[in-house]
Amino acid sequence: MSTQTRLVEVRQKVLKQNDVTARALRDRFHDAGIFVVSLVSSPGSGKTAFLEQLLTLVRKRHRTAALVGDLATDNDAVRLARSSVPVKQIVTGTVCHLEAEMVKSAMEGWLPDHVEVLFIENVGNLVCPSSYDLGENLRLVLMSVTEGEDKPLKYPTIFNTADVAVITKIDLAAAVEFDSAAAHKSIQAVRPGMRIFELSSKSGAGMPALLDFIESRIAEARESRSAKAAQQASAPVAV
Amino acid sequence: MHELSIAISLLDVAAEEAQNHGGGRVLAIYLRLGPLSGVVSAALLSAFELARESEGMEQCRLLIEETPIVLDCAVCQGPQPARSIQEICCATCGTPTMNLISGRELEVTAMELSDEHANASG
Repeated sequence: MSTQTRLVEVRQKVLKQNDVTARALRDRFHDAGIFVVSLVSSPGSGKTAFLEQLLTLVRKRHRTAALVGDLATDNDAVRLARSSVPVKQIVTGTVCHLEAEMVKSAMEGWLPDHVEVLFIENVGNLVCPSSYDLGENLRLVLMSVTEGEDKPLKYPTIFNTADVAVITKIDLAAAVEFDSAAAHKSIQAVRPGMRIFELSSKSGAGMPALLDFIESRIAEARESRSAKAAQQASAPVAV
Repeated sequence: MHELSIAISLLDVAAEEAQNHGGGRVLAIYLRLGPLSGVVSAALLSAFELARESEGMEQCRLLIEETPIVLDCAVCQGPQPARSIQEICCATCGTPTMNLISGRELEVTAMELSDEHANASG
């Protein structure tokens, strides 16, 4: 026996499989006219309360559904079902984040027809979800006023990979002496130009501004979808 | 931590790429890792040790090249390092920008493969 070693050049993303699945999901959502919003945050930042409010409001204008990820228990799904939109729990077991494949299999035989907006609540974790694309249109990162203004500096990657920051529990801002300017500064440092919304899921303050923003993004997605359809309809003219 | 999932994906990619390059045992994997990938180098190395045993690839080494965050600065008109992961702005002039040139890498760039040949004479 003789052994030869050789060095081969490769250029391959480690999360290639997840990226491929996420891209397929994104195409599928796009074709079906579904706008997808995902939520990431640390545990206890008020993600479920926020989503409960959001579902109640968004369902007035769009057919809405939600997928919620958790390590164990279906408490969140039970709680969110009160908003009377279809909700499915993804129990991840020991996995600390959602992956595109989990979203894909959760949708099999579940996603109701004609859904226009799908929310995906990730597992409460500010580290691991940042690496995985889920095929969403918009990723919201939540932080509550009780977590400290420098949270973004401690977890820069999750803020950097999200599209929009939502500061929750502003009804408690005065009690915890929350410094809004400092929080905004931290967010802008790790993710320049990031849109920031401050709101209270309890009082509803600040929710309309976020809803308008989501609504405008849904409209943009629809426009790009009809532009693509028009292009496809007029394209195949061979000369 | 999700570094164990990452390590398993890494070994899957390596096994697939080895097949694409004519097979052989994977002796080393060269990885480029950016600070904004969400993966920590030290944690990945420990996870990799566990993962390679479970995949029967005990002899496979992981060599990590940590890449810097590089931005395309409109003011300096070209690639510039970022001040830090907490300050995504040009280290030279301080202009904040999200025009990332590098920093999110989590990719295999090369592999060392070994071929074992039976000698023709037997």
